[in-house]
Amino acid sequence: MMLDEAGWTALRLSLLVGVTATLLALPLAIWIAWLLARRDFWGKSVLNALVHLPLVLPPVVTGYLLLLSFGRNGPAGRFLEETFGLVLAFRWTGAALAAMVMGFPLMVRAIRLAIEAVDPKIEDAARTLGAPGWAVFGSITLPLILPGVLAGAVMGFAKAMGEFGATITFVANIPGETQTLPSAIYALLQVPGGEDAAIRLVLWACIIALGAVVLSEWLARRVARRIAGT
Amino acid sequence: MTLSVAVRHRFGDFALDVAFEAGPGVTALFGRSGAGKTTIVNAVAGLLRPDHAHITLDGLRFDTLPVHKRRVGYVFQDARLFPHMTVADNLDYASRYGARASDRPRIIEMLGIGVLLDRRPATLSGGEKQRVALGRALLSNPRLLLMDEPLAALDGPRKAEILPYLDRLKREAGVPILYVSHAVDEVARLADHMMLLAGGRVARQGPIFDVMADPAAVPLLGVREAGAVLRARVEAHGEDGLSTLQLAAGRVQLMGVQAPVGAAVRLRVLAQDVLLSLSRPEGLSAQNILPVTITAIRAGDGPGAAIALDAGGDALLARITARAVQTMGLREGQSVFAVIKATSVAQSAISGGAT
Repeated sequence: MMLDEAGWTALRLSLLVGVTATLLALPLAIWIAWLLARRDFWGKSVLNALVHLPLVLPPVVTGYLLLLSFGRNGPAGRFLEETFGLVLAFRWTGAALAAMVMGFPLMVRAIRLAIEAVDPKIEDAARTLGAPGWAVFGSITLPLILPGVLAGAVMGFAKAMGEFGATITFVANIPGETQTLPSAIYALLQVPGGEDAAIRLVLWACIIALGAVVLSEWLARRVARRIAGT
Repeated sequence: MTLSVAVRHRFGDFALDVAFEAGPGVTALFGRSGAGKTTIVNAVAGLLRPDHAHITLDGLRFDTLPVHKRRVGYVFQDARLFPHMTVADNLDYASRYGARASDRPRIIEMLGIGVLLDRRPATLSGGEKQRVALGRALLSNPRLLLMDEPLAALDGPRKAEILPYLDRLKREAGVPILYVSHAVDEVARLADHMMLLAGGRVARQGPIFDVMADPAAVPLLGVREAGAVLRARVEAHGEDGLSTLQLAAGRVQLMGVQAPVGAAVRLRVLAQDVLLSLSRPEGLSAQNILPVTITAIRAGDGPGAAIALDAGGDALLARITARAVQTMGLREGQSVFAVIKATSVAQSAISGGAT
């Protein structure tokens, strides 16, 4: 079970990338899910397709597209570097972006289902009591969809932890900077005698994934109980 | 406090086109399913944007305001309490925006919901939910109250549990109340004004006593439900269970009157339970005989005819066969006697309301 220095670094980096990607993606995912569930607008099906694209594209393609747009010479990459001094290419921040993009469709799907399950009549009732739209969302919709949000967050986090193809294409496999758990396992399997260290990393990957699912189930049940009021 | 509503709206085959005013007190919107009742109320609340609307309350233009700025207290058929909040939190939610927290104890007391405050909506009975919903609507400090069939989802006993609260609310609310219903007994008990809706239009409107006694309203209310509403005063409760009530045209003996002696009550007398006689009947088991004058005769589509009667200033309605009208030679202006059976006044039709 004990990991060597390189293994710990990869594990820590994976957790950092996963948590960062999940926290950053969550508000945006909630907003997009709400738009898709509750609003009718021009271009809705295009937005829906765009959100789901990373789910169906080969991850390598997604990674390459990220490299083209967010690389140091890409338009978005240059803008971020010049405006905020933020470099994504071949940095852990780029790994977080790749993880965000890949996990995003899973988050949106889970949250959208939860929003669609909330009766809009309850929200109407809140509006007649004087609550403006944003307050209705914060006080009625959000608490009621919390189990779905948690489920979406765990899915996104698990995806972020396991993301490999887009990450390695966009930010390569640099130990200590962009080498996440899957990249480290892949690298170990490429050298003779790396199997033992790889197996230990695989075990950790399983533990984290299982832990995340169990934790989210437990949280969702607690939240659901609180909402149902029993 | 006068609500003025003009709404036109079309969806599919249905076209709604109504204009009316509602003053203080309860204005009932009555009609079958699909008559447009809920559409009107939703347009007033702002939950529906009609094709055309001009809605004002004491000159304040309503239809251009967003929902949350209209301050209507809306009581829905399905309560719509917030499931993730306790009863107390549901109430506080309303006073947060309505700023009427000072009335909280009075409203909680009036609706008898003090013991429910820590409970969650999922653990409440239908009647309890509806009482909390009423309290929540009141605490939002509304400019008017909208009630969309608040009793329709409840069974008989639960209805009877809520009705006294509505009686009280009507007297204490002090704002116009639009009350949607397709139950004639509720309307007869609560409403001051009544609008009969049919096919998206106002077919009849006016004070409840006039509309209920209007022969033209019989087909809209249904021949079994039609019947005048009368004001009466309780004079005495007999030991045999019969109570004496004073009407404008005389005294009647009725069963099951709960109101105390001296109380003003409403009686709903079904048109099909009123018999007419050319002379004062003798030796009849029915004891309630009032001298009346025929004011209108209206033949129905079938074999029936609706007869409007004046009973000492009160309007009464009888439904008899068209053949009886012929053989008795009934005509407008004629003086006859109306016979009312003591059991013919439904328990729920007797109200303790002041008018």
